[in-house]
Amino acid sequence: MMNGTRALARWEVLLTVILLVLVWLGARLSPVFLSAQNFANLTVAEMEIAIIAIPMTLIIIAGEIDLSVESMAGLSSAVLGFLWAAGVPLAVGIPAVLAVGVLGGLLNGILVTRAGLPSLVVTLGTLALFRGLASVVLGPRAISNFPPAFTAFGFGNVPGTPVPWPLVVFALLAGVVALGLHRTWLGRQVFAVGKNQAAARYSGVPVVRLKTALFMLSGVLSALAGVILTSRLSSARSDAGTGMTLAVVTAVLLGGVNIFGGSGTIPGVVLAVFTLAVLQNALRLADVSTELQSISVGLLLIVSVVVPNLARQLARALQHARAERNPTRGAPERVPPYTPA
Amino acid sequence: MSRLGRQRELSLVIVMLALGGFVFAQAPQFLSASNLSQVAILAAIIAIAATGQALVVLTRNVDLSVDAMIGVVAFSVADILRLHALSVPLAMAYGVALGLALGIVNGVIVSVFRVPAIVATLGTMSVYRGFTFLLAGGRQVSLSDLPPEYINLARASVLGVPLYVVLAVVVVAIASLLLQQTRFGRQVYAVGSNPEAAAILGIRSRLVGFLVFAVCGMLAGAAGVLWGARFGTINATAASGVVLQVVAAVVVGGVNIFGGSGTVYGAALGALFLGLIANALTLLHLSQFWLQAIYGGVILVAVAADAVIVRRLQRAAAVRA
Repeated sequence: MMNGTRALARWEVLLTVILLVLVWLGARLSPVFLSAQNFANLTVAEMEIAIIAIPMTLIIIAGEIDLSVESMAGLSSAVLGFLWAAGVPLAVGIPAVLAVGVLGGLLNGILVTRAGLPSLVVTLGTLALFRGLASVVLGPRAISNFPPAFTAFGFGNVPGTPVPWPLVVFALLAGVVALGLHRTWLGRQVFAVGKNQAAARYSGVPVVRLKTALFMLSGVLSALAGVILTSRLSSARSDAGTGMTLAVVTAVLLGGVNIFGGSGTIPGVVLAVFTLAVLQNALRLADVSTELQSISVGLLLIVSVVVPNLARQLARALQHARAERNPTRGAPERVPPYTPA
Repeated sequence: MSRLGRQRELSLVIVMLALGGFVFAQAPQFLSASNLSQVAILAAIIAIAATGQALVVLTRNVDLSVDAMIGVVAFSVADILRLHALSVPLAMAYGVALGLALGIVNGVIVSVFRVPAIVATLGTMSVYRGFTFLLAGGRQVSLSDLPPEYINLARASVLGVPLYVVLAVVVVAIASLLLQQTRFGRQVYAVGSNPEAAAILGIRSRLVGFLVFAVCGMLAGAAGVLWGARFGTINATAASGVVLQVVAAVVVGGVNIFGGSGTVYGAALGALFLGLIANALTLLHLSQFWLQAIYGGVILVAVAADAVIVRRLQRAAAVRA
């Protein structure tokens, strides 16, 4: 346990170093990199991914996954556009869209916990289902006559500062969830379920209710991300957010969350979000094509799992070698290497 | 477990007959030779990819990069043929080999570096697709650029049966034989149904995992070659999103997503079923926008039905014991 915590701490230090190096490289690449406007640009483009990464972190720590998030963002955008075009005011439309998110998450949660189905397949199914419903609702249309007050939220800054509004939303969310996850009994329960679900159930953790709640949180925040995306692009489309799941999962795993569940931190994921944002921004400033950017995100995803895996194996080998040299300390317990499920 | 499999394949055939009968009653052109061969040709491409995916799912893995592999193979084969860089058979062989190479990359990442399949193939999906975009650079290959020998593959037939269907039947038959009659096949089922027991028996599960990813890549390559000839007009987004159809075919065909049970011909039937749904939407003048939602619903219903059947069989076994 101690070892795990220390390894995570090291991972966050490493991420901070990478982030600082990237900032330094970016500043050398372009004089505008360190400007307040560029800071606003690079963060605002990443905030939908960042907001969804928070519930995704909780779900992966609890040992599940939600691939349907990008389609829920698209469905949210489509429904919002449909309602607005039908004359429903945004004050009603936005809560309605968030309710759709809750219901979608509830569907995922019930299928995973009550029916006992693997979240990978369930959310692959709802990935198609939600996107399909989005295109049924809105068709090929794009709704773009939103009021300026709404679109200003998506790419406007807090008056007098270079801080975009979506960043405020993300900061509040990350702060609350970080406290909840790392400082309360509720957070302990999430880790417990991810480490050993059977043991958690026998210790009185309401596994079904907890996991269902996490999927509902994921649904509502994906819907919120869809609203922000619609506002930022001032356009509601059924294909909004396509491909976002990859970026979200990449951010979470790069943040040091264990894909097999049971460990991970919100600060790590926040660092990873900004590392990715700075990386993409630096690549853009260096005129690297978007194709290479997508390739680099894919590679980063794989590397962010391979490197900790190799590090763990190396640490185990070193420990073993040390134990053999000094047999009085007793051989460490041999943990079989994880075979991918 | 084999009872579960047979139940699923039988019920799928019954559902397809009912759906076919209903569509025929509404739109008689459903049973016309041209419509049936249209449906069968598309289903054959998906069935070939689904055969590879079924092997992967049988070992408790999943390959999300199949559509990216189909896309990169379809584009590069078409591009080579446009430039007349290789003869048609050589270009097709190159396509299959490229698929195999990409599958080997997946296998290495999963089996050697022990990255969970979902993460590994989510990553390679975007890497392979990114390469296709780099390769294409916004261009597209159109039907008129391609040699007729290649495009005619999609229209060729053997004794009245479309060539694609014959190829799919051959692929499914070989994969079935491999699974049912060889040691490798038994090992695939063993690794999927109980990895710990398989390891105790001395089965090299990581090698088996590597091999199924390689085969899946090779079959995706074959599907990509056929895709190019069928559609003719190919750009960097070719086959985007087809992974959903491939996984849906496997799941609907009764391959248990927890691994260890199911058949490749079930997966092929699943591919045909999805093709029938798409065709029914067209013939009944329903909006194509429903298609993806229906595919999603079909995946959910199929896995939920699996769970119910497995639970009943377990209860029945418990009662007998």
